[in-house]
Amino acid sequence: MSLLELHNVEARYGPVKALHGVSLEVGDGELVAVLGANGAGKTTTLRAISGTVRSSGDVVFAGKKLSRRPETTARGGIAHVPEGRGTFSELSVWENLRLGAYARRANVKEEARRVYKFFPRLEGRHDQQAGTLSGGEQQMLALGRAMMARPKLLLLDEPSLGLAPIVVIQIFEALARMKRDDGMSVLVVEQNANLALEYAARAYLLEVGNVVVEGTSDELRANESVRKSYLGY
Amino acid sequence: MFLGAFTWTEFAQQLAAGIREGAIYAGLALAIVIIYRSTRVINFAQGEMATFTTFIAWSLMNHGLSFWTAFPIVLAIAFAGGVAIERVVIRPVENAPVLTIVIITLGLALLLNGLMSVIWGGANRQFNGPFSTRTIDVGSVPISVQDIGIVAVSVGLVVLLGLFFRFTKLGLALRAAAVNPESSRLVGIRVGWMLALGWGIAAVLGAVAGMMIAPVVFLDPNMMQTILLYAFAAAVLGGLDSPIGAVVGGILLGVTITLLGRYVGFIGSTLKLPAALLLILVLLLVRPGGLFGRVAVRRV
Repeated sequence: MSLLELHNVEARYGPVKALHGVSLEVGDGELVAVLGANGAGKTTTLRAISGTVRSSGDVVFAGKKLSRRPETTARGGIAHVPEGRGTFSELSVWENLRLGAYARRANVKEEARRVYKFFPRLEGRHDQQAGTLSGGEQQMLALGRAMMARPKLLLLDEPSLGLAPIVVIQIFEALARMKRDDGMSVLVVEQNANLALEYAARAYLLEVGNVVVEGTSDELRANESVRKSYLGY
Repeated sequence: MFLGAFTWTEFAQQLAAGIREGAIYAGLALAIVIIYRSTRVINFAQGEMATFTTFIAWSLMNHGLSFWTAFPIVLAIAFAGGVAIERVVIRPVENAPVLTIVIITLGLALLLNGLMSVIWGGANRQFNGPFSTRTIDVGSVPISVQDIGIVAVSVGLVVLLGLFFRFTKLGLALRAAAVNPESSRLVGIRVGWMLALGWGIAAVLGAVAGMMIAPVVFLDPNMMQTILLYAFAAAVLGGLDSPIGAVVGGILLGVTITLLGRYVGFIGSTLKLPAALLLILVLLLVRPGGLFGRVAVRRV
């Protein structure tokens, strides 16, 4: 049985329908990518899972239907790093990390040390306001904050957005290690299809709110239309 | 033009009186800022909430309780009342335009004011404070014990709150919910309850301000109305977004208007409020965000 299952999920913003019945699943410890162009519904898919947008259809997590209120999903073991990273720019790096562990009892200092081991650059910025960090550091902080929650599932929205290629590689390498160390599952939304397929075991391709292609990363790479439209060769 | 001869002793006494006034404004201004930060709403009922809880203290003391026994009971009632008001009155209109909520707080002020008249009558009442009005010498300046007590309690509460916001998990969650509710939900903070908690804390601040000032003025349903105006002014002066600004703004305003009223002849006690507002107007022309506030830059 999969850790996360979406059955026929629909979502709308006012009169505009963003998801027309999306079904997907993420297995235990699996890294799954959601690909697609701008406006295909990638972000909305994540938001439907965490409950930051209202949706219909079933979202089943660890065998239970999700209530789909963001604070409840967060408490249930799903960490969502949203578009724009969702760090608290007015608060310090340390306070951001503390908030990451808000929903559980934990030795916060111990957990923060673990995060600093993954992202040594953050340690020197312990007391700095998050808003003053560079884009790459903010993405590291967003991931670190998610790590503090020790989630079973991480929802990650466009981690590469606006970052230099070398930083993007660092982020994805850290992600792969986090997944391995913690055994968590990851559902990552990414416009950079080449990059995402390199790290993901499986992927879904969204077009205007529908899943049009799904399969292992190799299968997607071999797919003619995926290659032409999204991989560029 | 000075009224009477200038002496340093009197100046020091005026300064002390100004700080005492300012401490009251600071407490109330802080209450306004706490609610404003989390909801972008100015709570016009803040003064009436404070007076209402002060009346409860008065009733308890009339039934034979000492001030310091009544004090924690009133704070608990104020906290519960603040939380209840948010849950019952504000929550249902959470997503309404800010103006709607502001009008609701105005209505709440009127309602509480009327309730107080019905329950306790409109007459002035003597409120016996915990501090004596005799003076002690600080340096060589005689200052009333009451003034010192009021400042100590008000500032003590502000410091305690500061520590709470800075160092506790709940305090951090309250700050997070105020600056970024969306992300707060994503880490599992129950933002709705944080707003209610903010109202509870604001009500406690108001209750303390009320119980401190009531022995100096008289207790009646309109006791806080002028004081609330000064507190608004103090909050704007410090920057509506800044808790520290509210406290500094309150003290600064208290001292300024007390000294102006005493030493600038034509202002006296009648023109204190306009003079204070004029000062703030000038300051806001130079620093639109207040002393400590930040101006939101909007790109168009």
